[in-house]
Amino acid sequence: MEFKDYYELMGVDKKATQAEIKRAYRKLARKYHPDVSKEDDAETRFKEIGEAYEVLKDPEKRAAYDQLGANWKSGQDFQPPPDWDAGFEFSGGGFTGENASAYSDFFETLFGQQFRGQQQHTQGHGYSMRGEDHHAKVLIDLEDAFNGATRSITLHSPQLDDAGHIVTKERTLKVRIPKGVHQGQQIRLSGQGAPGVGGGPQGDLYLEIEFRAHKYYRAEGRDIYLDLPITPWEAAFGAKIKVPTPAGTVDLKIPENPVSGKKMRLKGRGIPGKSPGDLYIILNITIPPATSDKAKEIYRTMKKELDFNPRADLGV
Amino acid sequence: MTREITGLLIDHEHPITLGELSRACSMHAEWILELVEEGILEPLDYDVLASSTPQLLFAGQNIHRALVVRRLQRDLGVNLSGAALALQLMDEIDTLRARLNASSCR
Repeated sequence: MEFKDYYELMGVDKKATQAEIKRAYRKLARKYHPDVSKEDDAETRFKEIGEAYEVLKDPEKRAAYDQLGANWKSGQDFQPPPDWDAGFEFSGGGFTGENASAYSDFFETLFGQQFRGQQQHTQGHGYSMRGEDHHAKVLIDLEDAFNGATRSITLHSPQLDDAGHIVTKERTLKVRIPKGVHQGQQIRLSGQGAPGVGGGPQGDLYLEIEFRAHKYYRAEGRDIYLDLPITPWEAAFGAKIKVPTPAGTVDLKIPENPVSGKKMRLKGRGIPGKSPGDLYIILNITIPPATSDKAKEIYRTMKKELDFNPRADLGV
Repeated sequence: MTREITGLLIDHEHPITLGELSRACSMHAEWILELVEEGILEPLDYDVLASSTPQLLFAGQNIHRALVVRRLQRDLGVNLSGAALALQLMDEIDTLRARLNASSCR
């Protein structure tokens, strides 16, 4: 087990006041909140900060943590000394069961038991409750939305074993993804959430659909966007060209002289459904590089023959 | 061998009820209604709010929005109008980011 330097994690001095610790936490929490932050390790950082704050904000836990000694370094192999917490009383404020599973083994070993003990007596006699609903994300490819698919998802749910320890239980579900789903939609799996208490029914599991980034399509709701490179001569004369769509290749007629960036709509070629989305094609006129003598010669002719100033609008 | 299971897709034909939404968030229905009043969540048919037996129905996207608000409240201590503002800005950032990715892919 690795030692966690909670002061270092929060970037505060060991002598920091409770107010300073709170301020540091607020700042870091806003910075790394997974809903807000787009940093890759935001979720890990946020959990670490939460764990550090859980200990440092509570004078009882902080005092117990401090007496482990100042010689420990972050990441060092750590075993708590026997009776390390003798003489400390914990009243266990603010430890919510929901977050418990997110904490490290280090936290669990030092502070886990006390709080578990206090949670036990919420389960009284003759009391039953429906299990909580759970949430998870399922990653699919855009093509899956066109064809439907079956996805296996592995869920890790923290549960209490008989001795009161938190163990992570793993289970795999094979879920049918219906045709026509789009980003952000939810699929409800009845009875796949948390088990009920005292004979209450199981909660549900909600799966949020998330598309993997696609090489060339991007989806917005049911609509799909595709950047399509075309040659200057296809733009000049108009053309009938082949265009990929998630449902297969189609022929597209390009009008004469479109501007680069022109958007063309293929109605109903987006994600299928009762009211299917559209496929938008954004024309991107791509000029051939002047690398060969032949190409250079043609550009030289264009320079000589064409009166073209793309900066006319800029007044120069 | 795992059995294949089929869930219910929450869409306009199968919206979720106020009760289901509050259960999905582990919050009281009153809290969901506060989010509606703040304009964070949009019921499918707003008029029913005025009727005496309200049966509010929501599109699936509201689950995500409500969960974000719950986390922002719990983790950062923001109030409802703060959360509403954060959600709106996050939507804008998502749109801008999508556009940025699209133009850098070229």
